[in-house]
Amino acid sequence: MAVVTDALPAPVPVSRSPTWLRIRQALRRHPTALLGALMLLLLICMALLAPFLGTVDPQAISPVRRLREPSEMYWFGTDMLGRDVYSRVIYGARVSLAVGLTVAALATTIGLAIGLVTGFVRWLDGIVMRVMDGLMSIPGVLLAIALIALTKASLENVIIAIAVTEVPRVVRLIRSLVLSLREQPFVDAAIAAGTRTARILTRHILPNTVAPLLVQGTYICASAMLTEAILSFLGAGTPPNIPSWGNIMAEARSLFQIANYLIFFPGIFLSLAVLSVNLLGDGLRDALDPRLARNM
Amino acid sequence: MLGYFVRRLLATIPVIAMVAFFVFALLYLTPGDPAAVIAGDIATVADIERIRHQLGLDQPLLPRFWSWASAVLHGDLGISIFTNLPVTQLIGQRVEPTLSLALCTLIVAVLVAVPMGVIAAWKAGKLIDRLVMLFSVAGFSIPVFVLAYLLIYLFAIELDWLPVQGYTPLHEGLWPWLRHLILPSIALGTIYIALIARITRATMLDVLAQDYVRTAHAKGLAPGVVLMRHALKNAAVPIVTVIGIGVALLISGVVVTESVFAIPGIGRLTVDAIIRRDYPIIQGVILIFSAVYVLVNLAVDLSYRLFDPRIQY
Repeated sequence: MAVVTDALPAPVPVSRSPTWLRIRQALRRHPTALLGALMLLLLICMALLAPFLGTVDPQAISPVRRLREPSEMYWFGTDMLGRDVYSRVIYGARVSLAVGLTVAALATTIGLAIGLVTGFVRWLDGIVMRVMDGLMSIPGVLLAIALIALTKASLENVIIAIAVTEVPRVVRLIRSLVLSLREQPFVDAAIAAGTRTARILTRHILPNTVAPLLVQGTYICASAMLTEAILSFLGAGTPPNIPSWGNIMAEARSLFQIANYLIFFPGIFLSLAVLSVNLLGDGLRDALDPRLARNM
Repeated sequence: MLGYFVRRLLATIPVIAMVAFFVFALLYLTPGDPAAVIAGDIATVADIERIRHQLGLDQPLLPRFWSWASAVLHGDLGISIFTNLPVTQLIGQRVEPTLSLALCTLIVAVLVAVPMGVIAAWKAGKLIDRLVMLFSVAGFSIPVFVLAYLLIYLFAIELDWLPVQGYTPLHEGLWPWLRHLILPSIALGTIYIALIARITRATMLDVLAQDYVRTAHAKGLAPGVVLMRHALKNAAVPIVTVIGIGVALLISGVVVTESVFAIPGIGRLTVDAIIRRDYPIIQGVILIFSAVYVLVNLAVDLSYRLFDPRIQY
């Protein structure tokens, strides 16, 4: 008898949404997604605890000690101004993660709002989607470059510029979801029951967009971190007085042949950060988007 | 077919017009005074006024857009602020290196990625499949310039097999030209390969599960024939679509790759323009790259028919 009782599915606590449960299952079933989540957590801790990790002021210049190779004293060496690269790389995590997470939050929120409106207000749909088509046909990095060339260099402007390039994809995703959800019987039923549009949106449409948005959000985070580094590397990104991985590498460009560690250390950290978000994203997609997940 | 072609070609006009308007209107939409930003910190009031006039910012948006757009339609992309040369001429001088790099990368990427995806799908779950998937996740995660420096370090500095940087025009010989493009193409192509291989694998897995593939196997066809003629051909449409979409990655990557490898192409022009805040050049480059992107994807749409005769236009 005991065996039978054990076999019964455990009652799902009301407070836990199925999305959350599926994420937990995915993390358990996909070791790589768990690895990604752990790596990301580690990087976030590293960024938050940067002052306590044996770092010195990442901006402290010391020309006497410039271009020292990595050693016991300077773990990642020093750059052409004698700044400690280890400290700069650790602090640099703050910029990358802040840009990645903020852009993901910003782009999904704005995209969700625009997508919901265009999906429901039909006369707006044509206009908004043409604008989005136009935006999407400009390669992302170039669009961000144009936005930044016209504004003063600042971290906020970098975040806004990258978010602008990511919004159209979210709008497309949400709009297509809304259009297919509108045809679902439960939405028909709600309309027939006289439910107001606002309530249909919040009660029936919105909850169904959470899972795909979460997946899209992780990919946006990864792509935003890469774009920030590319922009900084090209001299159109984070202002040089903020140590970001892209900036450290940009400053080292002309020195590559004599001090390649200036590129490789931030490069490794950037790749690992993007990798961890990508792994997490793949796991989430497997868990939350069964249609896409099957073979990817 | 011809009717469809004309309709689709016409449909790209509003998209490109949208891009043009957006890139143009940015000058007016960005907060602050773009003329002052472009002029830089040490500019005099007269400098700022000159740039404001040159960009037409002293005129209202719509009439100014109209005159700019009609100039663009006549092949005039404006004058560079820094060099005072026509933007079309500056871009024209630099088309060859960029086109060489992009085509080389495209060809290498497709030739590597499609077989990779096919083999991964064929040996799904086996070691080789795992390796392909690992490569594809890694390819998405390594920034193109980090990979570029890694390749330079390994193959140009340590092994000394290939040149560190630079570009040789094609008319100076095929091998010198190709030699300078090998490392840039690999660096630029990796993320593209990752993307195409992943889609190829996913679509091939779908197709390989179809009944007609089992039938083909059952009637004793060689595995290679089944894989290529029955499966890959039916998987072609999504693969070609992703090759088209991926051109955006290629374009963004070209800018970075050219600046790492010191290739004097449109990407380098863009980077120099960023540093000098030479907006007319940035505007022109974006317009041209976006038009290329839209047209490539139009060509992709039109190519579907080649792979799948069931598609009716």
